[in-house]
Amino acid sequence: MASAPIAPYNSSPLGNSSSPNASRESLKMEPLADVAMLPGEERVIDKDIIYICPFNAAVKGKVFITNYRLYFKNTDSETPVTLDVPLGVISRIEKMGGASSRGENSYGLEITCKDMRNLRFALKQEGHSRRDIFEILFKYAFPLSHGMQLFAFLSQEKYEENGWNVYEAMEEYRRQGLPSSEWRVTFINKNYELCDTYPTILVVPYKATEEDLRRVATFRSRCRIPVLSWFHKENHAVIMRCSQPLVGMSGKRNKDDERYLDLIREANGTTKLTIYDARPNVNAVANKATGGGYEGDDAYQNAELVFLDIHNIHVMRESLKKLKDIVYPNVEESHWLSSLESTHWLEHIKLVLSGAIQVADKVSSGSSVVVHCSDGWDRTAQLTSLAMLMLDSFYRTLRGFQVLLEKEWISFGHKFASRIGHGDKNHADQDRSPIFLQFIDCVWQMTKQNVRVKTASLWSFVNSDTSLYINPFYTSESSRVLYPVASMRHLELWVTYYIRWNPRIQHQQQSPVEQRYKELLALRDQYLKKLEELQLSDSTHLTNSSTPNAATPNQHITHLQTPF
Amino acid sequence: MLSLGSVGAKSTKPSFVSYVTPEEIKLEKEPPKIEKHPDLLPGEVEFCCANPILKYTQDDMSQRGIFGTLFCTNFRVTFISDEKSQEETTKTFKNKLYGENDIPLMCVDHIYGVYDEKKKLITGGLVKNKYPSKMIIHCKDLRVFQFCLTFTKEEDAKKIFQGIAHHCLEERSLKCVFAFSYSGTPSPEMQRKWETILFDSPEDWTQEMKRTRANCRLVTENENFELSQRLPKYFVIPSALGDLFSYQGKGFPIWCWSHHSGCALFKASLPPVTQEDGDFQKHLDIMLNAVAHNYLYSAKTEDLSESLPTIQDIQQSYNKFKQFFLIENSTDFWLSDVKWFSSLESSGWLDIIRQCLQKAVEVVECLEKDNTNVLITEEEGTDLCCVISSLVQIMLDPYYRTLMGFQSLVQKEWVAGCHAFLDRCNHLHQKDKECHSPVFLLFLECVWQLVQQHSPAFQFSETYLTVLSDSVDVPVFSTFLFNSAHHRESVMKAESPLAQSSPLSCPTVWDWSVQFDSKAQNFFFNPLYSEKVKHEKAVRKAHKPKHQRQLSLPSTAFKPPSKKGFFKDETDSLKKILRVKRLSRWMGSPDSPAATTRGFYESWKQRPLDYHGLLLPCLDGPAVRVWMQRYLRWIPEVHIMGGGSVAVMTKLMELLSQVQDLKRVLEQRDSSQAVKLDHRPYIQHRLLSFGSSGRLSSSFPFAYSRNRSFKPIIPTGLMQSLMVTDSLASQEDEASSFVSLV
Repeated sequence: MASAPIAPYNSSPLGNSSSPNASRESLKMEPLADVAMLPGEERVIDKDIIYICPFNAAVKGKVFITNYRLYFKNTDSETPVTLDVPLGVISRIEKMGGASSRGENSYGLEITCKDMRNLRFALKQEGHSRRDIFEILFKYAFPLSHGMQLFAFLSQEKYEENGWNVYEAMEEYRRQGLPSSEWRVTFINKNYELCDTYPTILVVPYKATEEDLRRVATFRSRCRIPVLSWFHKENHAVIMRCSQPLVGMSGKRNKDDERYLDLIREANGTTKLTIYDARPNVNAVANKATGGGYEGDDAYQNAELVFLDIHNIHVMRESLKKLKDIVYPNVEESHWLSSLESTHWLEHIKLVLSGAIQVADKVSSGSSVVVHCSDGWDRTAQLTSLAMLMLDSFYRTLRGFQVLLEKEWISFGHKFASRIGHGDKNHADQDRSPIFLQFIDCVWQMTKQNVRVKTASLWSFVNSDTSLYINPFYTSESSRVLYPVASMRHLELWVTYYIRWNPRIQHQQQSPVEQRYKELLALRDQYLKKLEELQLSDSTHLTNSSTPNAATPNQHITHLQTPF
Repeated sequence: MLSLGSVGAKSTKPSFVSYVTPEEIKLEKEPPKIEKHPDLLPGEVEFCCANPILKYTQDDMSQRGIFGTLFCTNFRVTFISDEKSQEETTKTFKNKLYGENDIPLMCVDHIYGVYDEKKKLITGGLVKNKYPSKMIIHCKDLRVFQFCLTFTKEEDAKKIFQGIAHHCLEERSLKCVFAFSYSGTPSPEMQRKWETILFDSPEDWTQEMKRTRANCRLVTENENFELSQRLPKYFVIPSALGDLFSYQGKGFPIWCWSHHSGCALFKASLPPVTQEDGDFQKHLDIMLNAVAHNYLYSAKTEDLSESLPTIQDIQQSYNKFKQFFLIENSTDFWLSDVKWFSSLESSGWLDIIRQCLQKAVEVVECLEKDNTNVLITEEEGTDLCCVISSLVQIMLDPYYRTLMGFQSLVQKEWVAGCHAFLDRCNHLHQKDKECHSPVFLLFLECVWQLVQQHSPAFQFSETYLTVLSDSVDVPVFSTFLFNSAHHRESVMKAESPLAQSSPLSCPTVWDWSVQFDSKAQNFFFNPLYSEKVKHEKAVRKAHKPKHQRQLSLPSTAFKPPSKKGFFKDETDSLKKILRVKRLSRWMGSPDSPAATTRGFYESWKQRPLDYHGLLLPCLDGPAVRVWMQRYLRWIPEVHIMGGGSVAVMTKLMELLSQVQDLKRVLEQRDSSQAVKLDHRPYIQHRLLSFGSSGRLSSSFPFAYSRNRSFKPIIPTGLMQSLMVTDSLASQEDEASSFVSLV
């Protein structure tokens, strides 16, 4: 097998695609130290600074701040040490030390980032250099808190493709096979009148009237009524998403809501509609105190309620915080496993994944499901999109994944701005939580277990150079349901994300497996071509191609190409 | 009616959770009364059997099973299903000696009996009294078998239970091991050309010294084990070592490997401790001196028994560790899933692996960076010395990362090197617990870590390592059956059937055709291996191989002065200075052992990775992992249908074989331009067809999942796992802004 020598193949570097930067070059750009600035990016301040690198010693250098990034380059040695930090990842900026301490290094600046790292700088005492840099950084890193615009609105980047067109709701529903005799498209929300956090186009049971929808909306938190997310072409089972019912302490009921859920059940003849409440049971009960709650047995007789025990955004936030503590700057060594366990991060991943597996399993066995949490924009989005990823191979393509995110996350109102805290100085905001990151981690776990799933890393940008994000092992198996195994035995920490700043940890641009695969593919094509040429020259030597010998090789060639 | 009555009232109330009550079974059609017997190997003898026995099917979450006959032979415990199994025949990776329902006697680890719903470990005493309703067998390769004995006749059940317990658990003599009865002849089938160097002849050692350009001395004085029975037949020592017979067979610095700089690695058992401490110290000094003389008068030494866990620690840790993989049912599986990471950590097994790799890196640093000779010592010099010296050689020498090289290394350091396999693996079920320890497995674990971190550097696959680890407990091969070379020779002579005429020959484990056909052997090769580009032979010879290590780190040690220009007294005085400086025992710094080699690792890390150069493992927390294939292959709950690394590897293997076929066709055409296009035989569809590879489970090629439905496995007991008692848990998602609608 592998013992036979394979000639080395020089795979061409990925960087030589020319299209995306064509438009950039037309704009005049002033280089920043040694990197090109983005169109619309402007320099704000430069300062001499010392970067206190946690992996090496202190590094002397210069910091450049623009309206988009913080860039640091060392000046003290030949081996380059650089930092290129988009201001958007900055969560918090603090001054450390001060005039009372001894030594000039005590004028420090600590920057807490949202991407699992902290940066420390030391500045000279003279000339208020720290005050200047602190103030400027504070202003530009948190533009919304200073009445300024986010860089995204200032950017003058031109893309060939308009990313806003990636997702067309109607097109996507049509792909799923909708509308149908049981499901109709409604424009009731075209001016966001029914629900301001829902998209304009919604799919609802055919038998439900617009008046029904309005009445159901009064009983669902923030009017987020149950609407269709995904439709199973063969068995017509559906995934519906919504927010919690407004049951409250008194245990209110709503006949319209009850009838509406029954319409969903009836649409494909499901005997018992399964309602997946993403929350732990106790939390669902506790929500009654604030007017929320869950679907009771008495009221919803044709439905069964299953709690998926996924914790809320605050628990997730704290869990990630703990995770950061054990991986940055240094990785906990001798007690790595128990430390990792104590963060519960992977256990939360396990719960989200196993929730999604249950949803997907139910749907593929022919029963319709309703998924909700409290508001239906965090855990619900995670569950529906993961289940859809398992069920529908389209979402496992690069385009399909983009559609999935546009649909389940962006159009259905995941609060990206407050969960991430874009441009906002309030680092301790209780609304911040790594819900989307957690979802991406779940997807990563899936790709890890089943490489046939594709991986993706914003649309205009991504689509301009897809080769970077394409998994060569992807096979399109249209009807395949892919279930990951939600056991701690298989879940692992996404090291290349969470510990990417640590120079000791292995970072491979490309996995050796992918690289080898591409090499072999190229080698095979090369050999095939050569063989073809040889055969061509052979057949010209032969007077007539009537001999069977000349025909056989071609058959082989076609055969060899088929498995891929 | 099945013979349920014989067990009395007990059987009507089954002592196990069963979805099939005995009453239900009765309703099913009587199992056909066809006498089935196992296909015996040459030399295999059947001891006893019982029917019907219910074998619980593992990959089923319920407690259902299949009926069949249970046999015990002098080689194995085997279960033959009453139903016809068709899967066996279609396997691409089939072991010719034992199948999925066979347990070689040596492979049995523990037997448990279930008595009145209580699970008890079977030891000698329990066997005599009564037999259990259910027998659970834990295997050394981590399979778990569960047999229900209540459906068979009482005397049969008793007989089979006692037979199995006797042959698997009782202490026995070496001559009872199946290898001495086995009379299989190597299959005539096309054999691969295995060129494993066995290191059982002076030539093998001379060749190895030549290959590494070692400047040492071959000792042939132990040919008849006159120096010591614990020493190899042939071995190599520093040339400066004097009179051999004054050492009482102990404390020889035995050469392992030479670095291209000239410095070398030696291992030694500790010299005998006499009444006077002075002698011991003197002996150590002589050893160290001889080692130092090998190159530049520098040497570092370390007693591994001081810095690494003892073999008892290793045994204890592994015993804890393996329990996490001997899963009997789904409930246990999900319960143990909750505390998975902390359980692993508490066994300490991964940490022992880390410590061994760490120690090996320290030795590599001495050889590669400081160009210092290294002497590692240990009480016997055949346990951790073997682990560390083998690991060092794999990290430094790409030859040992090829399949043949690796096998030769195992021969050199372990088999010829007198590792006490028989005692350590406890093949004879001796009661003395002190000497059992999975040292060789520990070595394979460390190698696996290297393989998974730097896959393209290894010609062999993880499947190969897994199979090798299993083969230790297959009592057919002579390789892992003895305590030393002397032991092997004397036993083989004594047990030879033809009296003294010719010694008995058992196959070596390296003759893989005994276990696998050539197609299955393809799985031993790593499709990711990046072959070293071969230069023209002529060119290589002219250049004198510089050990092909372009990535050698710059030596911080001084460069040797040219010998000619130095007067003798000058060299002597230099030696004196150096002696103080460089004859040292290096001490692991007490704070963090990893810190000592951190700089070395980091400077290596900064260079572009050369798979044919120095290889260092990353030892940070997340980098040291569980050998999933070996430990999780039999657990159905973790099988990923169509997933896992196997899916990718299989695809790569398919592609690789296509490329190789095409290449062969092209080469054929080049070499025989005149010959007409008759290349058809070469392009036979050698596509390794694994059925539809998309349907393989992640446990392929070991366990075959019968569960072909695409039902997912849904974890149970989730709530126990995560009770967040924090106040955060009860907080509202939108604490500040919840608007209750009226």
